[in-house]
Amino acid sequence: MAEFFRSLLAAGFGGQGVLTLGQLVAYTAMYEGRHVTWIPSYGPEMRGGTANCSVMVSDEEIASPVVSRADYVVIMNQPSLAKFEPTVKPGGILLYNEDLVSYRNPRTDITVVAVPANALAMELGSEKVANVVVLGALVEAGDIVGADACLATIKDKLGKKKAQMMEMNITAFEKGREIVRKGISR
Amino acid sequence: MSERVLMKGNEALAEAAVRAGCRYFFGYPITPQNEIPEYMSRRLPEVGGVYLQAESEVAAINMIFGGAGTGERVMTSSSSPGISLMSEGISYIAGAELPCVLMNIVRGGPGLGSILPAQSDYFQATRGGGHGDYRLLVLAPSTLQEGVDLTMLAFDLAEKYKNPVMILGDGFMGQMMEAVEFRTPEPMDLPDKRDWAVGYMERRGTRALVKSLYLDPEELERHNMKLQAKYREMEKNEVRYESYRTDDAEIVLAAYGTTARIARSAINELRREGLRVGMIRPISVYPFPYAPFENLPGSVKNVLVVEMSCGQMIDDVRIGVGRTVPVHFCGRVGGIAPSVDEIEARIREITGK
Repeated sequence: MAEFFRSLLAAGFGGQGVLTLGQLVAYTAMYEGRHVTWIPSYGPEMRGGTANCSVMVSDEEIASPVVSRADYVVIMNQPSLAKFEPTVKPGGILLYNEDLVSYRNPRTDITVVAVPANALAMELGSEKVANVVVLGALVEAGDIVGADACLATIKDKLGKKKAQMMEMNITAFEKGREIVRKGISR
Repeated sequence: MSERVLMKGNEALAEAAVRAGCRYFFGYPITPQNEIPEYMSRRLPEVGGVYLQAESEVAAINMIFGGAGTGERVMTSSSSPGISLMSEGISYIAGAELPCVLMNIVRGGPGLGSILPAQSDYFQATRGGGHGDYRLLVLAPSTLQEGVDLTMLAFDLAEKYKNPVMILGDGFMGQMMEAVEFRTPEPMDLPDKRDWAVGYMERRGTRALVKSLYLDPEELERHNMKLQAKYREMEKNEVRYESYRTDDAEIVLAAYGTTARIARSAINELRREGLRVGMIRPISVYPFPYAPFENLPGSVKNVLVVEMSCGQMIDDVRIGVGRTVPVHFCGRVGGIAPSVDEIEARIREITGK
Protein backbone atom coordinates (compact mmCIF):
# COMPACT_ATOMS: atom_id res chain seq x y z
CA MET A 1 0.00 0.00 0.00
CA ALA A 2 2.96 2.29 -0.47
CA GLU A 3 1.59 5.53 -1.82
CA PHE A 4 3.21 6.29 -5.16
CA PHE A 5 3.66 9.99 -5.77
CA ARG A 6 6.40 11.44 -7.95
CA SER A 7 6.98 14.87 -9.41
CA LEU A 8 9.21 15.97 -12.25
CA LEU A 9 10.30 19.38 -13.43
CA ALA A 10 12.13 19.63 -16.76
CA ALA A 11 13.63 22.92 -17.93
CA GLY A 12 15.74 24.19 -20.80
CA PHE A 13 15.76 26.46 -23.85
CA GLY A 14 12.69 26.40 -26.05
CA GLY A 15 13.50 23.81 -28.73
CA GLN A 16 15.56 21.47 -26.53
CA GLY A 17 12.60 19.17 -26.18
CA VAL A 18 11.92 19.48 -22.46
CA LEU A 19 8.16 19.71 -23.02
CA THR A 20 8.31 16.55 -25.13
CA LEU A 21 10.42 14.83 -22.47
CA GLY A 22 7.73 15.62 -19.89
CA GLN A 23 4.95 14.46 -22.22
CA LEU A 24 6.71 11.14 -22.84
CA VAL A 25 6.84 10.61 -19.08
CA ALA A 26 3.18 11.60 -18.80
CA TYR A 27 2.01 9.25 -21.56
CA THR A 28 4.04 6.40 -20.08
CA ALA A 29 2.61 6.94 -16.61
CA MET A 30 -0.91 6.93 -18.03
CA TYR A 31 -0.23 3.69 -19.94
CA GLU A 32 1.01 2.27 -16.64
CA GLY A 33 -2.42 3.01 -15.20
CA ARG A 34 -1.47 5.96 -13.02
CA HIS A 35 -2.93 9.42 -12.65
CA VAL A 36 -0.87 12.11 -14.30
CA THR A 37 -0.81 15.84 -14.92
CA TRP A 38 1.50 17.78 -17.24
CA ILE A 39 1.75 21.56 -17.21
CA PRO A 40 3.96 23.59 -19.55
CA SER A 41 5.25 27.05 -18.90
CA TYR A 42 3.66 29.07 -21.63
CA GLY A 43 4.71 32.58 -20.75
CA PRO A 44 6.54 35.01 -23.01
CA GLU A 45 9.81 33.58 -21.62
CA MET A 46 9.47 30.71 -24.09
CA ARG A 47 10.75 32.85 -26.91
CA GLY A 48 14.52 32.65 -26.64
CA GLY A 49 14.45 32.04 -22.93
CA THR A 50 13.64 29.00 -20.86
CA ALA A 51 10.76 26.60 -21.25
CA ASN A 52 9.75 24.15 -18.59
CA CYS A 53 7.10 21.64 -17.70
CA SER A 54 5.88 19.99 -14.53
CA VAL A 55 4.69 16.40 -14.38
CA MET A 56 2.91 14.71 -11.48
CA VAL A 57 2.47 10.95 -11.35
CA SER A 58 0.42 9.23 -8.66
CA ASP A 59 -1.70 6.22 -7.79
CA GLU A 60 -4.31 8.59 -6.47
CA GLU A 61 -6.14 11.42 -8.13
CA ILE A 62 -3.82 14.40 -8.30
CA ALA A 63 -4.85 17.45 -6.33
CA SER A 64 -2.46 20.31 -7.11
CA PRO A 65 -0.91 19.94 -10.56
CA VAL A 66 1.57 22.71 -9.77
CA VAL A 67 5.03 21.45 -8.88
CA SER A 68 6.88 23.66 -6.41
CA ARG A 69 9.23 20.93 -5.08
CA ALA A 70 10.16 18.04 -7.33
CA ASP A 71 11.55 14.53 -6.82
CA TYR A 72 13.28 14.77 -10.19
CA VAL A 73 14.58 17.88 -11.90
CA VAL A 74 16.01 17.87 -15.42
CA ILE A 75 18.20 20.86 -16.30
CA MET A 76 19.07 21.33 -19.96
CA ASN A 77 20.58 24.85 -19.91
CA GLN A 78 22.47 27.17 -17.56
CA PRO A 79 19.67 29.66 -16.68
CA SER A 80 17.44 26.76 -15.62
CA LEU A 81 20.02 25.54 -13.12
CA ALA A 82 19.92 28.76 -11.12
CA LYS A 83 16.15 28.87 -11.30
CA PHE A 84 15.30 25.26 -10.47
CA GLU A 85 18.19 23.82 -8.43
CA PRO A 86 16.42 24.82 -5.18
CA THR A 87 13.23 23.00 -6.20
CA VAL A 88 14.79 19.51 -5.90
CA LYS A 89 13.43 17.82 -2.77
CA PRO A 90 16.09 16.65 -0.33
CA GLY A 91 16.89 13.07 -1.36
CA GLY A 92 15.74 13.84 -4.90
CA ILE A 93 17.65 13.63 -8.17
CA LEU A 94 18.95 16.46 -10.34
CA LEU A 95 19.99 15.47 -13.85
CA TYR A 96 21.78 18.06 -15.94
CA ASN A 97 23.09 18.40 -19.43
CA GLU A 98 26.81 18.73 -18.74
CA ASP A 99 27.55 19.92 -22.28
CA LEU A 100 25.69 23.17 -21.71
CA VAL A 101 25.56 23.46 -17.94
CA SER A 102 28.36 24.00 -15.49
CA TYR A 103 27.29 22.98 -12.00
CA ARG A 104 29.81 23.99 -9.36
CA ASN A 105 29.31 23.21 -5.69
CA PRO A 106 26.48 20.76 -6.19
CA ARG A 107 24.00 20.22 -3.38
CA THR A 108 25.02 17.33 -1.12
CA ASP A 109 21.50 16.42 0.03
CA ILE A 110 20.47 15.24 -3.43
CA THR A 111 21.79 12.87 -6.10
CA VAL A 112 23.34 14.74 -8.99
CA VAL A 113 23.64 13.07 -12.39
CA ALA A 114 25.67 14.71 -15.17
CA VAL A 115 24.62 13.61 -18.65
CA PRO A 116 26.69 14.46 -21.75
CA ALA A 117 23.41 14.83 -23.58
CA ASN A 118 24.46 16.97 -26.53
CA ALA A 119 27.72 15.09 -27.14
CA LEU A 120 25.98 11.72 -27.14
CA ALA A 121 23.17 13.02 -29.33
CA MET A 122 25.68 14.43 -31.83
CA GLU A 123 27.45 11.04 -31.95
CA LEU A 124 24.13 9.49 -32.84
CA GLY A 125 23.61 11.99 -35.62
CA SER A 126 21.39 14.77 -34.29
CA GLU A 127 21.32 17.15 -31.33
CA LYS A 128 17.57 16.79 -31.48
CA VAL A 129 17.70 13.55 -29.48
CA ALA A 130 19.54 15.11 -26.50
CA ASN A 131 16.24 15.18 -24.61
CA VAL A 132 15.74 11.45 -25.14
CA VAL A 133 19.26 10.76 -23.84
CA VAL A 134 18.34 12.59 -20.64
CA LEU A 135 14.99 10.80 -20.52
CA GLY A 136 16.85 7.49 -20.57
CA ALA A 137 19.05 8.67 -17.70
CA LEU A 138 16.00 9.89 -15.75
CA VAL A 139 14.14 6.62 -16.13
CA GLU A 140 17.21 4.61 -15.10
CA ALA A 141 18.07 6.83 -12.12
CA GLY A 142 14.56 6.96 -10.67
CA ASP A 143 11.25 5.17 -10.71
CA ILE A 144 8.81 7.75 -12.08
CA VAL A 145 8.02 5.37 -14.98
CA GLY A 146 9.27 1.95 -16.09
CA ALA A 147 11.99 1.78 -18.76
CA ASP A 148 10.23 -0.74 -21.01
CA ALA A 149 6.97 1.17 -20.90
CA CYS A 150 8.83 4.39 -21.65
CA LEU A 151 10.56 2.81 -24.64
CA ALA A 152 7.17 1.68 -25.91
CA THR A 153 5.91 5.27 -25.60
CA ILE A 154 8.91 6.58 -27.54
CA LYS A 155 8.18 4.12 -30.34
CA ASP A 156 4.52 5.07 -30.31
CA LYS A 157 4.88 8.85 -30.08
CA LEU A 158 8.13 9.68 -31.84
CA GLY A 159 8.23 7.14 -34.62
CA LYS A 160 5.15 7.90 -36.65
CA LYS A 161 6.08 10.94 -38.69
CA LYS A 162 9.84 10.52 -38.92
CA ALA A 163 10.70 6.86 -39.21
CA GLN A 164 14.38 7.62 -39.71
CA MET A 165 14.48 9.22 -36.26
CA MET A 166 13.11 6.10 -34.60
CA GLU A 167 16.39 4.16 -34.40
CA MET A 168 18.19 7.27 -33.22
CA ASN A 169 15.67 7.84 -30.45
CA ILE A 170 15.79 4.25 -29.27
CA THR A 171 19.60 4.30 -29.20
CA ALA A 172 19.57 7.70 -27.45
CA PHE A 173 17.26 6.33 -24.77
CA GLU A 174 19.50 3.30 -24.20
CA LYS A 175 22.65 5.49 -24.11
CA GLY A 176 21.06 7.63 -21.43
CA ARG A 177 20.22 4.58 -19.33
CA GLU A 178 23.76 3.28 -19.82
CA ILE A 179 25.28 6.51 -18.46
CA VAL A 180 23.47 5.97 -15.18
CA ARG A 181 23.98 2.18 -15.05
CA LYS A 182 27.71 2.46 -15.54
CA GLY A 183 27.93 5.24 -13.03
CA ILE A 184 29.93 7.35 -15.46
CA SER A 185 28.30 10.35 -13.93
CA ARG A 186 29.21 11.76 -10.55
CA MET B 1 -15.89 5.15 -25.79
CA SER B 2 -14.64 4.84 -22.24
CA GLU B 3 -10.93 4.87 -22.92
CA ARG B 4 -8.74 7.29 -20.98
CA VAL B 5 -6.80 9.63 -23.25
CA LEU B 6 -4.12 12.11 -22.29
CA MET B 7 -5.17 15.48 -23.71
CA LYS B 8 -4.40 19.13 -23.38
CA GLY B 9 -7.20 20.90 -21.51
CA ASN B 10 -8.24 23.14 -24.38
CA GLU B 11 -8.45 20.19 -26.75
CA ALA B 12 -10.36 18.08 -24.25
CA LEU B 13 -12.94 20.86 -23.81
CA ALA B 14 -13.25 21.22 -27.58
CA GLU B 15 -13.70 17.47 -28.10
CA ALA B 16 -16.30 17.38 -25.33
CA ALA B 17 -18.22 20.12 -27.15
CA VAL B 18 -18.15 18.15 -30.41
CA ARG B 19 -19.39 15.03 -28.61
CA ALA B 20 -22.16 17.10 -27.07
CA GLY B 21 -23.35 17.93 -30.56
CA CYS B 22 -21.68 21.31 -31.12
CA ARG B 23 -21.44 21.77 -34.87
CA TYR B 24 -20.72 25.48 -35.25
CA PHE B 25 -17.80 27.39 -33.79
CA PHE B 26 -17.16 31.08 -34.35
CA GLY B 27 -14.22 32.71 -32.66
CA TYR B 28 -11.14 34.86 -32.74
CA PRO B 29 -7.69 33.78 -31.49
CA ILE B 30 -6.30 34.73 -28.11
CA THR B 31 -3.83 33.02 -25.75
CA PRO B 32 -4.24 30.85 -23.65
CA GLN B 33 -7.21 29.25 -25.39
CA ASN B 34 -5.95 29.00 -28.98
CA GLU B 35 -5.95 25.20 -28.99
CA ILE B 36 -9.77 25.30 -28.78
CA PRO B 37 -10.33 27.03 -32.15
CA GLU B 38 -7.34 25.19 -33.61
CA TYR B 39 -8.89 21.86 -32.64
CA MET B 40 -12.33 22.91 -33.83
CA SER B 41 -10.97 24.03 -37.21
CA ARG B 42 -9.74 20.49 -37.76
CA ARG B 43 -12.50 18.53 -36.04
CA LEU B 44 -15.76 20.25 -37.02
CA PRO B 45 -15.44 19.61 -40.80
CA GLU B 46 -15.04 15.90 -39.94
CA VAL B 47 -18.50 15.82 -38.38
CA GLY B 48 -20.22 18.00 -40.96
CA GLY B 49 -19.90 21.15 -38.89
CA VAL B 50 -18.52 24.60 -39.60
CA TYR B 51 -15.55 26.36 -38.06
CA LEU B 52 -15.25 30.03 -38.86
CA GLN B 53 -12.63 32.47 -37.67
CA ALA B 54 -14.30 35.84 -37.45
CA GLU B 55 -12.60 39.17 -38.04
CA SER B 56 -12.98 40.11 -34.39
CA GLU B 57 -14.57 38.99 -31.14
CA VAL B 58 -17.46 41.36 -31.77
CA ALA B 59 -18.16 39.65 -35.10
CA ALA B 60 -17.73 36.20 -33.57
CA ILE B 61 -20.30 36.71 -30.83
CA ASN B 62 -22.80 38.10 -33.33
CA MET B 63 -22.28 35.00 -35.48
CA ILE B 64 -23.04 32.99 -32.34
CA PHE B 65 -26.19 35.13 -31.89
CA GLY B 66 -27.32 34.24 -35.40
CA GLY B 67 -26.37 30.57 -35.10
CA ALA B 68 -28.08 30.22 -31.73
CA GLY B 69 -31.26 31.64 -33.25
CA THR B 70 -31.51 28.54 -35.44
CA GLY B 71 -31.45 26.27 -32.38
CA GLU B 72 -28.27 24.52 -33.50
CA ARG B 73 -25.52 23.85 -30.96
CA VAL B 74 -23.06 26.73 -31.26
CA MET B 75 -20.06 27.70 -29.22
CA THR B 76 -17.32 30.27 -28.94
CA SER B 77 -14.28 30.46 -26.72
CA SER B 78 -12.01 33.28 -25.75
CA SER B 79 -9.93 34.63 -22.91
CA SER B 80 -10.53 37.63 -20.69
CA PRO B 81 -10.04 40.67 -22.97
CA GLY B 82 -11.84 38.80 -25.75
CA ILE B 83 -14.81 38.07 -23.49
CA SER B 84 -14.96 41.78 -22.64
CA LEU B 85 -15.25 42.54 -26.35
CA MET B 86 -18.02 39.94 -26.68
CA SER B 87 -19.99 41.22 -23.70
CA GLU B 88 -22.42 43.36 -25.66
CA GLY B 89 -23.38 40.39 -27.80
CA ILE B 90 -23.66 38.11 -24.78
CA SER B 91 -26.19 40.51 -23.27
CA TYR B 92 -28.18 40.46 -26.55
CA ILE B 93 -28.16 36.65 -26.60
CA ALA B 94 -29.28 36.47 -22.97
CA GLY B 95 -31.96 39.08 -23.70
CA ALA B 96 -33.17 37.16 -26.74
CA GLU B 97 -33.17 33.93 -24.71
CA LEU B 98 -30.98 31.83 -26.95
CA PRO B 99 -28.85 28.84 -26.02
CA CYS B 100 -25.10 28.81 -26.60
CA VAL B 101 -21.92 27.80 -24.82
CA LEU B 102 -19.15 30.27 -24.08
CA MET B 103 -15.72 29.32 -22.77
CA ASN B 104 -13.51 31.77 -20.93
CA ILE B 105 -9.99 30.45 -20.34
CA VAL B 106 -9.14 33.28 -17.99
CA ARG B 107 -5.84 35.17 -18.13
CA GLY B 108 -4.43 37.97 -16.00
CA GLY B 109 -5.97 41.44 -16.19
CA PRO B 110 -7.07 44.19 -16.15
CA GLY B 111 -6.63 45.44 -19.71
CA LEU B 112 -4.40 43.24 -21.82
CA GLY B 113 -2.86 42.03 -18.55
CA SER B 114 -0.87 38.92 -19.36
CA ILE B 115 -1.34 35.55 -21.00
CA LEU B 116 -0.87 33.63 -17.74
CA PRO B 117 -3.60 31.99 -15.63
CA ALA B 118 -5.97 34.01 -13.44
CA GLN B 119 -9.44 33.95 -11.90
CA SER B 120 -10.01 37.67 -12.03
CA ASP B 121 -13.05 37.45 -14.34
CA TYR B 122 -15.32 36.07 -11.61
CA PHE B 123 -17.25 39.33 -11.27
CA GLN B 124 -17.60 39.58 -15.04
CA ALA B 125 -18.79 35.98 -15.35
CA THR B 126 -21.24 36.01 -12.45
CA ARG B 127 -22.40 39.64 -12.42
CA GLY B 128 -22.45 40.54 -16.06
CA GLY B 129 -19.92 42.38 -18.15
CA GLY B 130 -22.66 43.13 -20.56
CA HIS B 131 -25.50 45.47 -19.65
CA GLY B 132 -28.93 44.75 -18.28
CA ASP B 133 -30.47 42.38 -15.74
CA TYR B 134 -29.20 39.13 -17.20
CA ARG B 135 -27.40 36.10 -15.86
CA LEU B 136 -25.19 33.49 -17.44
CA LEU B 137 -25.21 30.00 -16.03
CA VAL B 138 -21.53 29.65 -15.10
CA LEU B 139 -19.77 26.33 -14.49
CA ALA B 140 -16.22 26.25 -13.11
CA PRO B 141 -14.51 22.87 -13.54
CA SER B 142 -11.52 21.96 -11.41
CA THR B 143 -10.03 19.00 -13.28
CA LEU B 144 -9.97 18.27 -17.00
CA GLN B 145 -12.37 15.36 -16.51
CA GLU B 146 -14.81 17.69 -14.81
CA GLY B 147 -14.24 20.18 -17.63
CA VAL B 148 -15.23 17.52 -20.16
CA ASP B 149 -18.31 16.46 -18.18
CA LEU B 150 -19.46 20.03 -17.53
CA THR B 151 -18.97 21.04 -21.16
CA MET B 152 -21.31 18.24 -22.24
CA LEU B 153 -23.78 19.31 -19.56
CA ALA B 154 -23.46 22.96 -20.60
CA PHE B 155 -25.03 22.35 -24.02
CA ASP B 156 -28.02 20.62 -22.43
CA LEU B 157 -28.45 23.33 -19.79
CA ALA B 158 -28.21 26.05 -22.44
CA GLU B 159 -31.11 24.44 -24.32
CA LYS B 160 -33.06 23.67 -21.17
CA TYR B 161 -33.04 27.34 -20.09
CA LYS B 162 -32.54 28.95 -23.50
CA ASN B 163 -29.69 30.85 -21.94
CA PRO B 164 -25.94 31.21 -22.57
CA VAL B 165 -23.85 28.90 -20.38
CA MET B 166 -20.25 29.78 -19.63
CA ILE B 167 -17.43 27.36 -18.85
CA LEU B 168 -15.10 29.36 -16.62
CA GLY B 169 -11.61 27.91 -16.83
CA ASP B 170 -8.15 29.35 -16.37
CA GLY B 171 -4.87 29.30 -18.25
CA PHE B 172 -3.57 26.31 -16.27
CA MET B 173 -6.59 24.27 -17.24
CA GLY B 174 -6.29 25.22 -20.89
CA GLN B 175 -2.60 24.37 -21.15
CA MET B 176 -2.23 21.36 -18.88
CA MET B 177 -2.56 17.73 -19.93
CA GLU B 178 -4.46 15.12 -17.96
CA ALA B 179 -6.17 11.85 -18.78
CA VAL B 180 -9.85 12.20 -19.63
CA GLU B 181 -12.70 9.92 -20.58
CA PHE B 182 -15.56 11.00 -22.84
CA ARG B 183 -18.61 9.54 -21.16
CA THR B 184 -21.95 9.98 -22.83
CA PRO B 185 -24.21 11.81 -20.38
CA GLU B 186 -27.74 10.73 -19.49
CA PRO B 187 -30.07 12.27 -22.07
CA MET B 188 -31.88 15.31 -20.70
CA ASP B 189 -35.54 16.04 -21.38
CA LEU B 190 -35.22 19.20 -23.45
CA PRO B 191 -37.80 21.55 -24.97
CA ASP B 192 -38.36 21.13 -28.69
CA LYS B 193 -36.30 23.80 -30.43
CA ARG B 194 -38.77 23.82 -33.33
CA ASP B 195 -41.18 25.66 -31.05
CA TRP B 196 -39.00 28.74 -31.00
CA ALA B 197 -36.05 28.57 -33.40
CA VAL B 198 -35.99 30.21 -36.81
CA GLY B 199 -36.50 27.89 -39.75
CA TYR B 200 -39.54 25.98 -38.56
CA MET B 201 -42.32 28.38 -39.60
CA GLU B 202 -44.25 25.85 -41.69
CA ARG B 203 -44.49 23.43 -38.81
CA ARG B 204 -45.27 26.13 -36.29
CA GLY B 205 -47.42 28.39 -38.42
CA THR B 206 -45.81 31.48 -36.93
CA ARG B 207 -42.59 33.35 -37.54
CA ALA B 208 -39.76 33.14 -35.02
CA LEU B 209 -38.83 36.57 -33.84
CA VAL B 210 -35.35 36.74 -32.32
CA LYS B 211 -34.92 40.06 -30.52
CA SER B 212 -34.04 41.77 -27.32
CA LEU B 213 -35.69 45.12 -28.08
CA TYR B 214 -38.92 45.94 -26.25
CA LEU B 215 -39.84 49.62 -26.57
CA ASP B 216 -43.06 49.29 -24.60
CA PRO B 217 -42.06 49.66 -20.93
CA GLU B 218 -44.76 47.29 -19.67
CA GLU B 219 -43.67 44.70 -22.16
CA LEU B 220 -39.98 45.07 -21.28
CA GLU B 221 -40.79 44.77 -17.60
CA ARG B 222 -42.77 41.58 -18.28
CA HIS B 223 -39.86 40.26 -20.33
CA ASN B 224 -37.50 40.99 -17.45
CA MET B 225 -39.80 39.26 -14.97
CA LYS B 226 -39.84 36.22 -17.21
CA LEU B 227 -36.04 36.20 -17.30
CA GLN B 228 -35.89 36.60 -13.53
CA ALA B 229 -38.27 33.68 -13.05
CA LYS B 230 -35.92 31.62 -15.21
CA TYR B 231 -32.92 32.64 -13.11
CA ARG B 232 -34.80 31.64 -9.93
CA GLU B 233 -35.39 28.23 -11.55
CA MET B 234 -31.64 27.93 -12.23
CA GLU B 235 -30.95 28.85 -8.61
CA LYS B 236 -33.34 26.12 -7.51
CA ASN B 237 -32.10 23.37 -9.86
CA GLU B 238 -28.55 24.02 -10.95
CA VAL B 239 -26.48 24.68 -7.83
CA ARG B 240 -23.46 22.42 -7.86
CA TYR B 241 -20.63 22.15 -5.34
CA GLU B 242 -18.39 19.70 -3.57
CA SER B 243 -17.83 19.50 0.19
CA TYR B 244 -14.42 18.09 1.02
CA ARG B 245 -13.62 16.96 4.56
CA THR B 246 -15.84 19.64 6.10
CA ASP B 247 -17.69 17.48 8.66
CA ASP B 248 -15.41 18.12 11.65
CA ALA B 249 -13.51 21.05 10.13
CA GLU B 250 -12.31 23.94 12.23
CA ILE B 251 -11.45 25.99 9.16
CA VAL B 252 -13.17 25.70 5.79
CA LEU B 253 -11.52 26.84 2.58
CA ALA B 254 -13.52 28.13 -0.37
CA ALA B 255 -11.90 27.76 -3.76
CA TYR B 256 -12.85 26.86 -7.33
CA GLY B 257 -11.09 25.74 -10.51
CA THR B 258 -7.36 25.03 -10.46
CA THR B 259 -7.00 26.89 -7.17
CA ALA B 260 -9.27 24.32 -5.52
CA ARG B 261 -6.84 21.58 -6.55
CA ILE B 262 -3.95 23.42 -4.94
CA ALA B 263 -6.09 24.03 -1.82
CA ARG B 264 -6.92 20.32 -1.71
CA SER B 265 -3.20 19.45 -1.55
CA ALA B 266 -2.77 21.89 1.34
CA ILE B 267 -5.77 20.32 3.12
CA ASN B 268 -4.39 16.80 2.67
CA GLU B 269 -0.98 17.86 4.04
CA LEU B 270 -2.45 19.54 7.10
CA ARG B 271 -4.93 16.73 7.76
CA ARG B 272 -1.93 14.37 8.03
CA GLU B 273 -0.74 16.57 10.88
CA GLY B 274 -4.17 16.41 12.48
CA LEU B 275 -5.37 19.91 11.58
CA ARG B 276 -9.07 19.88 10.88
CA VAL B 277 -9.28 21.59 7.50
CA GLY B 278 -11.96 21.20 4.84
CA MET B 279 -13.18 22.87 1.68
CA ILE B 280 -16.37 23.89 -0.06
CA ARG B 281 -15.70 23.97 -3.79
CA PRO B 282 -18.32 25.77 -5.89
CA ILE B 283 -18.78 24.03 -9.24
CA SER B 284 -21.55 26.36 -10.41
CA VAL B 285 -20.50 29.92 -9.57
CA TYR B 286 -23.79 31.24 -10.89
CA PRO B 287 -25.99 29.98 -9.34
CA PHE B 288 -23.65 30.18 -6.34
CA PRO B 289 -23.92 27.50 -3.63
CA TYR B 290 -24.84 29.82 -0.75
CA ALA B 291 -26.52 27.07 1.31
CA PRO B 292 -23.39 25.14 2.38
CA PHE B 293 -21.88 28.43 3.58
CA GLU B 294 -25.11 29.37 5.40
CA ASN B 295 -25.12 25.96 7.08
CA LEU B 296 -21.48 25.47 8.04
CA PRO B 297 -20.85 22.73 10.60
CA GLY B 298 -20.74 24.09 14.17
CA SER B 299 -17.07 23.14 14.40
CA VAL B 300 -16.10 25.82 11.86
CA LYS B 301 -14.44 28.87 13.39
CA ASN B 302 -12.96 30.46 10.26
CA VAL B 303 -13.43 30.51 6.51
CA LEU B 304 -10.55 31.13 4.10
CA VAL B 305 -11.22 32.05 0.48
CA VAL B 306 -8.40 31.19 -1.94
CA GLU B 307 -8.40 32.72 -5.42
CA MET B 308 -6.14 33.75 -8.29
CA SER B 309 -7.55 37.25 -7.96
CA CYS B 310 -7.55 40.12 -5.50
CA GLY B 311 -10.75 38.77 -3.98
CA GLN B 312 -13.90 38.36 -6.08
CA MET B 313 -15.64 35.13 -5.10
CA ILE B 314 -15.08 36.20 -1.50
CA ASP B 315 -18.12 38.51 -1.92
CA ASP B 316 -20.39 35.52 -2.55
CA VAL B 317 -18.81 33.57 0.30
CA ARG B 318 -19.49 36.53 2.62
CA ILE B 319 -23.12 36.63 1.49
CA GLY B 320 -23.41 32.96 2.42
CA VAL B 321 -21.45 33.00 5.68
CA GLY B 322 -22.87 36.30 6.90
CA ARG B 323 -21.44 37.43 10.22
CA THR B 324 -21.28 34.03 11.88
CA VAL B 325 -17.52 33.45 11.46
CA PRO B 326 -14.67 35.57 10.06
CA VAL B 327 -13.97 35.25 6.33
CA HIS B 328 -10.28 35.55 5.41
CA PHE B 329 -8.55 35.77 2.05
CA CYS B 330 -5.47 34.32 0.36
CA GLY B 331 -4.85 35.32 -3.23
CA ARG B 332 -2.16 35.77 -5.85
CA VAL B 333 -2.46 37.59 -9.17
CA GLY B 334 -0.45 38.40 -12.27
CA GLY B 335 -0.40 34.83 -13.52
CA ILE B 336 0.73 33.36 -10.21
CA ALA B 337 -1.27 30.75 -8.32
CA PRO B 338 -1.18 30.59 -4.53
CA SER B 339 1.20 27.73 -3.65
CA VAL B 340 0.42 24.83 -1.34
CA ASP B 341 2.98 26.30 1.09
CA GLU B 342 1.36 29.74 1.03
CA ILE B 343 -2.08 28.31 1.68
CA GLU B 344 -0.75 26.16 4.52
CA ALA B 345 1.02 29.13 6.06
CA ARG B 346 -2.14 31.23 5.87
CA ILE B 347 -4.17 28.45 7.54
CA ARG B 348 -1.59 28.16 10.33
CA GLU B 349 -1.60 31.91 10.79
CA ILE B 350 -5.40 31.99 11.11
CA THR B 351 -5.77 28.93 13.33
CA GLY B 352 -2.63 29.61 15.35
CA LYS B 353 -1.50 25.99 14.85
